[in-house]
Amino acid sequence: MIATLITQILGALTIAAAMMVVLSKHPVRSVLYLVVTFFFISGLYIMMNAQFLAIVNLIVYAGAIMVLFLFVLMLLNLNKEAEPKTPTLSWVIASIAAGTLFIVFIAALKDIVLVTRPGDQVAVSNIGLVKNLGNTLFTKYVVPFEISSILFISAMVGAILLAKREKQTID
Amino acid sequence: MPTSTPINIDFYIILATLLFVIGAFGVMIRRNMIVLLMCIELMLNAVNLLMVAFSSYYNNADAQIFVFFIIVVAAAEATVGLSILILAYRQLRSIDISIFNKLKG
Repeated sequence: MIATLITQILGALTIAAAMMVVLSKHPVRSVLYLVVTFFFISGLYIMMNAQFLAIVNLIVYAGAIMVLFLFVLMLLNLNKEAEPKTPTLSWVIASIAAGTLFIVFIAALKDIVLVTRPGDQVAVSNIGLVKNLGNTLFTKYVVPFEISSILFISAMVGAILLAKREKQTID
Repeated sequence: MPTSTPINIDFYIILATLLFVIGAFGVMIRRNMIVLLMCIELMLNAVNLLMVAFSSYYNNADAQIFVFFIIVVAAAEATVGLSILILAYRQLRSIDISIFNKLKG
C-alpha cells in the first residue's frame, strides 16, 4: 500500500525535523527546521484529504508566523555567545520527565475504544475540501469567526502598543 | 494524493503524542525565549494533527474548523509573545528565560 508507506515516511520525517528544532544550538536553524516540520505536517494533512488546512498551515504557519520569528531573530542580532546554556542536570531531568509524559499518554490512550457509528468511517473523507469547510464555517460557526477578528485586532493593537514603549531603565 | 483506505488512527495518535512530547521536552531544556515560543507552536501543531486525524476518521467537519481557530489564536499569541520578548530584550539585553525572575519583585 503506497499511501500508507508515504504517510509513515512523512511521519518519521516530521519527528526527525521536530527533534532538530529542539536540539539545534542556533536559533535560526531551529526556525528553519520548524518550517520543514510544518511542510511535513501539511503533507500529512494532504494524505488525510484536508486540503484547506494543508494550504492554510503552509500560508499562516510556514509563511507568516515563521517569517515573524525570523524577523525578530534578525532584529535582535543574536550571536552564538548570546545563546543561554542549559545545565547537564536539566537535560537529564527533562529527558526523564518527557519520557514519563510519553509513557503516561500512551498508557492512557492504549485502551481507548473509539465509538464508530455505521457509515462514520468512509474510504475518502471529503470533509476537508474548501467547499464543505466553508459551508460549515459560514453557517454554524459564523459568530466565532467574527469574534476571532476582534481577537486579531486586539492582538495587533497590543503588539504595537508594547513595541512602541519608550525606553526605560530598570535597576 | 489522499489515502484510498480509512486512515490508521493509531498511527496518528502515536505521532501526535510524540510531537507533543518533543515540544514539551524543548520547553523544559531550552532557555532561549524564541525557541520556547517555537516549541509551543510545535505542541499546538501536534494537537492540530490529532484533531484533523479524528475529523477525517469520523467524517466530521467541526474539528477542522476548530483547528482553523487554533491557527488564528496561535498567530495572535506569537505576535504578542514576540513583542513582549523584544521589549524584555530592549530592557535587559538578554533573551534567557530566567530574566523573568526579576518579575518576582
